[in-house]
Amino acid sequence: MTSPKKTKTIKTIKIDIDKCNGCRACEVICSSFHAMPKYSSNNPARSRIRVTREPIRDVYVPVYAGEYAAAECAGRDKYTIDGKEYDECVFCRAACPSRDEFKEPDSGLPLKCDMCEGEDEPLCVKWCMVDALTYEEREVEIDEEEPNPEEIETGLQSLVDKHGLDKVADMVAQLAKEKK
Amino acid sequence: MRYAETGFNLEIDLTRGNIEKVATDPKDTELYLGGLGTNTKLIWDRVAPEVEAFSPDNLLIFGTGLLCGTPATGCNRTIVSTISPQTKLMAFSMMGGFWAPELKYAGYDKVVLRGKSPDLVYLWIKDDKVEIRDASHLRGKGAVETAELIKAELKEPKAQVAAIGMAGENRVFYASIEQGRSSASRGGIGAVMGDKGVKAIVVRGTKDLNIAEPAKYMELCHEVLAYIKHREGNPIPGVMPILAGLGSPQEMKVHDEKWHTENFMWGNSRTRRKDFWNEEIEKEWTETLDKARTRLVSCFNCPMECGATISMPGLPTYMMKCFTKLTYTMGAFSDLDFGLRIAQKATEYGVDGFSTPQVMAFALELLENDILPASDFPDMPEDTEGRFYYLLDKIVRREGIGDILANGTYWAAKEIGNGAEAYAHNNIKKTEQLPLKLSMLNPVYFLMYATGEKMNITQIEGQFPQAPFATMEEREAFVSDWVQVPDEKFKQYLLDWEFRGENSNPYYPTIEMSCNIVDWQETMHYIDDALGQCAGLSSFPLKPPYHIHNYPQFISAGAGIEMNEEQLKKAAKRYRTLVRAVNTNRGMRRKDEKPPENHWKKRFPELEEQLLDGYYKFKGWNADGIPTKESLHDLGLDYVCADFIARGILTEGDDLPAEDVSSNETLVEG
Repeated sequence: MTSPKKTKTIKTIKIDIDKCNGCRACEVICSSFHAMPKYSSNNPARSRIRVTREPIRDVYVPVYAGEYAAAECAGRDKYTIDGKEYDECVFCRAACPSRDEFKEPDSGLPLKCDMCEGEDEPLCVKWCMVDALTYEEREVEIDEEEPNPEEIETGLQSLVDKHGLDKVADMVAQLAKEKK
Repeated sequence: MRYAETGFNLEIDLTRGNIEKVATDPKDTELYLGGLGTNTKLIWDRVAPEVEAFSPDNLLIFGTGLLCGTPATGCNRTIVSTISPQTKLMAFSMMGGFWAPELKYAGYDKVVLRGKSPDLVYLWIKDDKVEIRDASHLRGKGAVETAELIKAELKEPKAQVAAIGMAGENRVFYASIEQGRSSASRGGIGAVMGDKGVKAIVVRGTKDLNIAEPAKYMELCHEVLAYIKHREGNPIPGVMPILAGLGSPQEMKVHDEKWHTENFMWGNSRTRRKDFWNEEIEKEWTETLDKARTRLVSCFNCPMECGATISMPGLPTYMMKCFTKLTYTMGAFSDLDFGLRIAQKATEYGVDGFSTPQVMAFALELLENDILPASDFPDMPEDTEGRFYYLLDKIVRREGIGDILANGTYWAAKEIGNGAEAYAHNNIKKTEQLPLKLSMLNPVYFLMYATGEKMNITQIEGQFPQAPFATMEEREAFVSDWVQVPDEKFKQYLLDWEFRGENSNPYYPTIEMSCNIVDWQETMHYIDDALGQCAGLSSFPLKPPYHIHNYPQFISAGAGIEMNEEQLKKAAKRYRTLVRAVNTNRGMRRKDEKPPENHWKKRFPELEEQLLDGYYKFKGWNADGIPTKESLHDLGLDYVCADFIARGILTEGDDLPAEDVSSNETLVEG
């Protein structure tokens, strides 16, 4: 007997670094959208998309936030693409202990892109008028998977170890409020 | 809570090394808006007319625009104000880039510098932490190089750096402040920064900036974005390519330089090359630009891509903006390859791309005409390009003749004597202007050139087309969607404007129309300079997304200040008048308000006097260009009037200027 199949929509933002002009409009609108109340403030340091910009080396890399990584990665590899050298952190979508990207500047809690839930497309894409960012949706079939309570507990425990129970509880409460 | 602005300035006394965070008065924002407006108020209040540019009592103010750092597209300008060593008047130069929003996110609206540091320092502002740090290891370093070194030293790749090069350190009167892909170049403010012993101001901010009415503000921002997209797809027909779209003139995109090279003057603004542009040059220059240009780049939160990263083989990379692309090329009668190469050096040195090539071409003219002896130029190369590099080095180091040339054509000519003054022939208010020599007097441009206090025509013009359209169909098409006009009468001005006959220059637009047009153009620029909006999306291009009808809503919803069109115009008039008042106190009078004698071939002295009379009256200034008691009172500037009376500039009881040598001179000249 085969396991039950389910369709899931995968949402991605395709990034064309050749088209990026480094203006950081994506950071502005992202932080503005996620302000509480919505649009009441903005602050690129709270944005879930960041442009690594080194104009003199012609490095322009927008990256949007992925999952939190509890540990530092082992590598610090260098990549050369089209004659330009990049640190691998430049491409990394994770908030991790070794870098301050994708973390709330005041609490240090990790940020994650939610594709601007409720909007037709992520606002960073809408505000990128040079088309460096494009939104893509695709349907994939996945095995239905029941959530494993043990895994959730382990994950939460590691966050509690890292940030303390109060901060994590606050975050859960905030998320619950946002979802309502 | 303050909205759009932070409500705090950083006050730094460099002599004592004292740093203070000072709360500002929201009432001042209502009256003067921010940016240039509140900068001017600080200069009025705290820099006495006797204070010279290189005095410790001179302030150097880095002001952010009121709406900088908010999501308003293209609102990113830093307005730097001080007293200029070149004009001895108030200098206010604007730069785009990323610095102003970063300062807002750090929690400050302005950095106000006073005093002088005994040693070369840089300022490091990271949110609440502000330090004065030693910069002795950066002495003599290039402006771009300095920014890179500091970011590496602080391990802060996201910090924004405004820095001077060697020209600023050596107080060259036309030294610039360089920052990212932009610079504050006019008026010699880089020299004041150098005089204060400040190599750079480095900022990194991670705080929130609040919006008063979020939903309304975002709606306005979306309207602007939609309009930009619309204009991208619908360039204006019948005007030159650089005016057809939005943004600053798209010099980094444009390959066709026929218009500039054949209409602007070469050398020391004397030689017009009417048949310069041909297929061969077009091919060569296109290849040069395509090879040099790595990427078109934008300022903070703006899609316009008015600048470019330039990498010339064998030279460090830099970023270029606007018309510097051609100024060195045309000053030296050379080609684009030379222009892009020397501009790299000039950017690192930190000098104004308009004045510098003019000064160098002026020096070579003096040599050719035996006004300066060859012995003043020891070991100078034979070729013009080599001579330009030679002179650039001498000027920024203030070595030999370079020490005199570093003061600009006006002061250099005075010092050199021997007839040199006739060669400093392209100045207004002691500042080198764009190398234009035109045919028929244009009344609108006459007024802008004569009365402008921004020292650069490109920072005053815009909104109204530069020339009439040939056919009525074209005119009707142009006015059909001209929503930006503050009043319907401007449409009729354009519809009736002809190339020849009664309704053509110099008597059309009429004096009254010219006053209205110039006032509209100037008002829009002054509003931009208070809000921090780039002129490229507002006051400079035709039919821009920001205009007098939506700006009040941006201010209300963004900053939470009640504003309508009349209030906004009045606020702009208030600080525009205050700029004039600062300069009036510094001795500026009608006699100073004139374009170069040879700017137009066909001049009309009587009409020009009438134009000035008309415009002064329109602006509420007396016959000598001094704001009258009545107009000052209307603007809530009675304190200016009291000062004028105390100084004998205005007499008690009427609006006539007091006995004054300068005004008598005007009468004689007139």
